[in-house]
Amino acid sequence: MNIDKKIVDDLVANDVSFVTTVPCKQLAGVIEEVEARDEIFHIPSNKEDEGMGLCAGAFMGGKRPCIIMQNTAIGVTINTLATLIQYYRMPLPMLISYRGELREPVACQVEMAVHTKALLAQMNIPTYHFHTQKDAEEFDMILKYTFMCNKPVAILTDANFWGGYGDQ
Amino acid sequence: MIRSEILKEIAPILRPHLVVCNIGLPSQELHMIDDQPTNFYMLGTMGLSSSIGFGLALAQDKTVISIDGDGSVLTNLGTLPTIANNATDNYILMIIDNGSYGSTGDQPTYAGKKTNLTDVARACGCDNVIECRDVDTGKVLQEAIDSKKMTIIVVKCDSGNIKLPVITMDPVVIRDRFMKAVQA
Ligand SMILES: Cc1ncc(C[n+]2csc(CCOP(=O)(O)OP(=O)(O)O)c2C)c(N)n1
Ligand SMILES: [Mg+2]
Repeated sequence: MNIDKKIVDDLVANDVSFVTTVPCKQLAGVIEEVEARDEIFHIPSNKEDEGMGLCAGAFMGGKRPCIIMQNTAIGVTINTLATLIQYYRMPLPMLISYRGELREPVACQVEMAVHTKALLAQMNIPTYHFHTQKDAEEFDMILKYTFMCNKPVAILTDANFWGGYGDQ
Repeated sequence: MIRSEILKEIAPILRPHLVVCNIGLPSQELHMIDDQPTNFYMLGTMGLSSSIGFGLALAQDKTVISIDGDGSVLTNLGTLPTIANNATDNYILMIIDNGSYGSTGDQPTYAGKKTNLTDVARACGCDNVIECRDVDTGKVLQEAIDSKKMTIIVVKCDSGNIKLPVITMDPVVIRDRFMKAVQA
């Protein structure tokens, strides 16, 4: 099973057609897959709060959005999550690379990793953590849940899920 | 002219279109002058009026006008390259450039000093960027709508505010009403 393809298949099956991304090394494959699909409009954003603004607009225009970003972006988007996505009650699946976990080679990434779950919990954001590829079986249900409850929902995907960092 | 005078003048032009309005006094003024279901009022999230409006324009066919401010565009400058590189002709970004953070008491922004937002928008790759005087806003906006070309309008005007009440409408009501107007 190609995990990038599986994730994007689930997005498409759930009618997600507007995806914004800010890259992470671990997300390269899934971003490439998003870009390749005709069913999805892919719009790279320059900062994740900007991306959430685009997603909010797309949702109000009748499209189902998704943001793909790194966990460091939680630090960038707290205000937007609280005052836009949550305040106006909008659905937003957030597929997040969870840097700074086991197998992480870059020490600085750990500095936001230690805050990631605490911040999401403080924000009352439903949070799922994919550690092995089997965990991705729930992705389809998580998407349905997100668009059922009209909330931002975090899917943290760690290095073990993505198969490590190769030679780095 | 100050922002509230401009909004009063262009309200009839805005009325048939989807409008995303900037946080603070701009939304309060538009709400007071001409409240419409087609208006989306931002109650927070400084900087994202252009992004919300642009996402909306990309997702459906109706004309969308984002009313933004110089301070808010400066805080989300990354929006301009995104807009430039994904142009959609049903989108108009109108930046009311009063050279100040009006809603917080008219502290000066860099747009009122050496930074020229018209040049910034062009340098970011936006094709139709028009700078206009406050008195010409209505004419320029109507022409932009009629042109059916994505346009960035930078309205140079005076800073200054009027006293007016906050918006007490619930955000979910604003959003729901707006989405019904989008679909209508
Ligand atoms: C993150 C953040 N910082 C500061 C503020 C306070 N604030 C609200 S509106 C505003 C001024 C916006 O200025 P501008 O976009 O130029 O609009 P104007 O009121 O001048 O029309 C500021 C600083 C805020 N709401 N959010
Ligand atoms: Mg201003």
